[in-house]
Amino acid sequence: MAEPKRREKANPQTGAQPRSRTKPASGANQAPEDSPDTLRGYYEQMVLVREFELKAGEMYARAKIGGYCHLNLGEEATVVGLMAALQPQDYLFTSYRDHGYAIVRGMEPRRVMAELFGRTDGVVGGRGGSMHMFDSELRMLGGYGIVGGQLPPATGAALAIAYRSEPAPDAEAVMCILGDGATNIGAFHESLNLAGLWKLPIVYVIVNNQLGMGTSVDRASAEPDLYKRGAAYRIPGERVNGDDPIVVRDAALAALERARVERQPMILETLSYRLRGHSVVDPAKYRHPDDVEEAKQNDPVPAFRARLAEQGVLDDAAEEQLHKDVEQTVAEAVDFADASPLPSEEELFEFSYATEVANMPNAYPGEPVMAR
Amino acid sequence: MSEPRVITYRQALQETIRAELERDENVFVMGEEIGVFEGSYKITAGLLKDFGPKRIVDTPISEEGFVGAAVGAAMLGLRPIVEIMTLNFSLIAIDQIVNHAAKIYGMFGGQSSVPMVIRTPGGGGQQLAATHSQNLEVWYAHIPGMKVVAPSTPADAKALLTAAIRDDDPVLFLENLALYNRKGEVPDGELVAEIGRAAVVKAGTDLTLVSYSRGMVTALEVANAFDEEGISIEVVDLRSLRPLDRETFCDSVRKTSRAVIFEDDMLSYGVGAEIAATIGEGAFDYLDAPVRRVAAAEVPLPYAKPLELAALPDADDLTRVIRETLDASGFRK
Amino acid sequence: MSEVTMPRLSDTMEEGELAKWLKNVGDPVAKGDAIAEIETDKATMELESFEDGVLEQQLVPEGAIVPIGQAVAVIGDGSSAKTPGAAPQPAEQEAAGGKETGEPSEEEPEATPEPEAEEPAGEEPERGAEEPAGEEPGEPASPEPTAAPSGKAAAGLTTGGVSRMSPLARKLARDHGIDPATIEGTGPQGRIIRADVEAAIAAAESEGAPAQQPQEPAPEAPRPQQATPTGAADAKESERVPANRIRMVAAKRLTESQQVPHFFLTAVAELDAFLEFRASINATLESQGVKVSVNDLIVRAAAVTLRRHPEANASWDGDAVLSHNRVNIGVAVATDNGLLVPVIKDADRISLSEVAQRTRALAEKARAGKLALDEMSGGTFSVSNLGMFGITQFTAMLNPPEAGILAVGAATKEPVMRDGALAEVSKLKLTLTVDHRVMDGATGAAFLADLVAVLEKPLGILL
Repeated sequence: MAEPKRREKANPQTGAQPRSRTKPASGANQAPEDSPDTLRGYYEQMVLVREFELKAGEMYARAKIGGYCHLNLGEEATVVGLMAALQPQDYLFTSYRDHGYAIVRGMEPRRVMAELFGRTDGVVGGRGGSMHMFDSELRMLGGYGIVGGQLPPATGAALAIAYRSEPAPDAEAVMCILGDGATNIGAFHESLNLAGLWKLPIVYVIVNNQLGMGTSVDRASAEPDLYKRGAAYRIPGERVNGDDPIVVRDAALAALERARVERQPMILETLSYRLRGHSVVDPAKYRHPDDVEEAKQNDPVPAFRARLAEQGVLDDAAEEQLHKDVEQTVAEAVDFADASPLPSEEELFEFSYATEVANMPNAYPGEPVMAR
Repeated sequence: MSEPRVITYRQALQETIRAELERDENVFVMGEEIGVFEGSYKITAGLLKDFGPKRIVDTPISEEGFVGAAVGAAMLGLRPIVEIMTLNFSLIAIDQIVNHAAKIYGMFGGQSSVPMVIRTPGGGGQQLAATHSQNLEVWYAHIPGMKVVAPSTPADAKALLTAAIRDDDPVLFLENLALYNRKGEVPDGELVAEIGRAAVVKAGTDLTLVSYSRGMVTALEVANAFDEEGISIEVVDLRSLRPLDRETFCDSVRKTSRAVIFEDDMLSYGVGAEIAATIGEGAFDYLDAPVRRVAAAEVPLPYAKPLELAALPDADDLTRVIRETLDASGFRK
Repeated sequence: MSEVTMPRLSDTMEEGELAKWLKNVGDPVAKGDAIAEIETDKATMELESFEDGVLEQQLVPEGAIVPIGQAVAVIGDGSSAKTPGAAPQPAEQEAAGGKETGEPSEEEPEATPEPEAEEPAGEEPERGAEEPAGEEPGEPASPEPTAAPSGKAAAGLTTGGVSRMSPLARKLARDHGIDPATIEGTGPQGRIIRADVEAAIAAAESEGAPAQQPQEPAPEAPRPQQATPTGAADAKESERVPANRIRMVAAKRLTESQQVPHFFLTAVAELDAFLEFRASINATLESQGVKVSVNDLIVRAAAVTLRRHPEANASWDGDAVLSHNRVNIGVAVATDNGLLVPVIKDADRISLSEVAQRTRALAEKARAGKLALDEMSGGTFSVSNLGMFGITQFTAMLNPPEAGILAVGAATKEPVMRDGALAEVSKLKLTLTVDHRVMDGATGAAFLADLVAVLEKPLGILL
């Protein structure tokens, strides 16, 4: 493997500056009405995602979790900001890096952990695992394992909204989360074209953590300013600092509003940086140590804490208590997941079809398909 | 119910789509050239005028996009009928069909169903050359979570399309260019088939002939010709490729002790292979001759007419193989 | 990992019943260890392992009827041991397996096609513009693939000595007790097809011997709904007891026996000298703990007589008479499971006490179901004795291919005039059944007369 290179500070072709470095002045984008409780709430959610994901990594190493396991570490501010903007009537589709969204959207951490453990109390009964969190009541319509696979269904959900309701400030909308890597597949472009053509209420959020597995954005995209990629479909885009939950929230609120009221599909690009490898098993050797070090310096969780401390919203004692509570929640999630029963073999064919028909499949391996 | 009318397969599809659009406002149609152009094969002719652009949605050439959009719309409770101009183009949408439509219900623990229909014609024989003449239904019939139906008659077209639209799972509804003008009696009024059932469309005692979709036309033609010789062929129309009604054709083989399968598709890994294997499991002790398959030659289908004809299975091929199978078991009238 | 298959354990065996597993899944198995008991058409035998290892799988349940060569178990290093019970629905599987063993083909279909409005078939499709109708069809691109090169076909004719046979024909033959080896196949490459088996059945019927009733399914697969052929309308009037292997084979063999042209000869032997002789022999042998029975003496007498009458120690072989060099006497033994006939080899050469000891040992093994194959095969003549049941005279059925069987009744005391005075004499009625293809009346009578002479002057028994 070649020596890892440092990230580009600016795109050599366009001269565009990566905006992750341009931190807003403290409190600059902060709406004045944010109460201390709201801010502490965001922080607590960020800590919850952080601690949950660290624990998930540990449980993976302890072989409690199988398969793939992609963590939201480093994306906590983005996750919390986006979910703060999303309203109860809205629909959410995400990529496979979905634990944080599931929890902050409202799924119980213990049931998310149980899903990771493949247990009956998991959010989808142990049928989906890490990549496939789903809760129809919360309108979280799935984490999707195929890169970009969620884009056409998310677009279709927006089509269904347009099919049966009129634009309004409280209308339904769809938020579709995708990674930077998904912007180069056909489904991205086909979806954007349909959304732009049909004027669908959807916000595509490109969570740009600057690496598609090990391939940096500028090695993968001819236009690395990903928020511009909707231009061909007349879809406006904006890039914001994904390390700031307030900035992310406000940008998402604005984009969702246009989707609801104008039926204008939108792109929102959030810049952040993965603190770990692509998945739990990725040592991320392709990253330059200086980048990793810088990312740690810019870690959104301590940064937001410092900001709240500075504003006098969160003192050390409160922070300590909050941390303790979160740790307990996560510990309980593990205990709950561990105690939850494994699915039994008899359930194997339970969800073969939504509508039962003749000659349903029900043979286990090696059984004769015909009785005689 | 009034007397059955004799109408074409195309007309049966048209009337069924219209009736379902009228019955349920969640039903809508989308696809390329289905509205203004009235459909490449005119199945959707007249619908845009009567139902408007919201329910008759012309799409760009964008199979992955609009098939996937149908998946999402179905998750929110709509019942899209998607027309893919030919089965060949479904390959562009295959990730949305196989990885999404077919998986969402089971993978998400039954929390969301995907009630959608993909209507699409398959088959060769029109000199459309290799990429436009394929029978890819078995690709989808291989996938749990999918339902795949393949009616061969106008009445079945009506009954199975009605069932498919009302079904809560993704259904690939296989049509065939050569069937659209086939005529047959179709009862008026409500007609809903049970998906997953084959039908014995011609009773017989000497040999079981299994086919589906366009293959049924040839199968019946050949079986009827044998009748005149006093040889009695039982013909089974599969109608549903997933789920597959194994009992019906195995039962028939237990009676006749001989089986031939006629399919338009390639021989290897095809529907015929599945049927033959099932007969081996379900009717082994009843076989008096090897199960034979009559299927397409394994080449990309050529354009030139003699080559195309040589590659596709026809009535002569089927007749010959039936005779060989009868001879192989010492059949005497 | 290797499969353990149903072994061939007798000359007439086609299938065996896995009577009992002696090793469980996971048990270590050494070469030569018995891993199961197999009930064959003749006896219960042990299935021995040819490998060292661990029994990883039992592929059939106890009671299953398994054709020769079919795998019944897997022996490996133990890494993939699994029991059939590990599958989730063992009961269903077993039921399914049971059903497979012998359903008649006329069975009612379980699933009837739905009576839905189905298109009548005759409709001629109207061809659309896009149809290639009316085009001049091209020649098929490739030659007809049907005529395989004859060399190749011949090579495929028999693989490993197994003749081709369609599954249906195989089942029919099995059900009607017809040996496939006797059928000539008329299908492609000599395959035996249904028509061939049906012809064989018809031929058997026209010879006056009705083909056997279809074999009932093996004991574990009774068909409770089916009325018995004799048609007891009320099922309670008769109870259907499935036959075991021994009875099944006996039924088949005896039916074959009935087709042999035969006749009976009866003679009476005076037995007083014989009984005195027996008493003195037993007195002599008492110290050795051996007791010689009347039957032992008769077996021995028959053996020494047969040595002098090779025409009676023979078999019919289609177009010749096989004259046997050894005299091996089968002794009918009643067991709980049915009639068995262990064979006393060289009964004319071994000592009388050996005859007695061997007969005793073999009878015990027969009753325990432990007879080995070679202890039941190779007989040249049989003796059946119902004297202990008080039967004074009966006729026995031939045990093919043997040409003679001696039916021995009970000795009776009868008054006779001897030297002008009434005297009491023990008499024994002997009935010989004779294969007429091998012996004529005179030869049979000569043998029987000689046998009576030996019994009446019993010192000859020792010769």
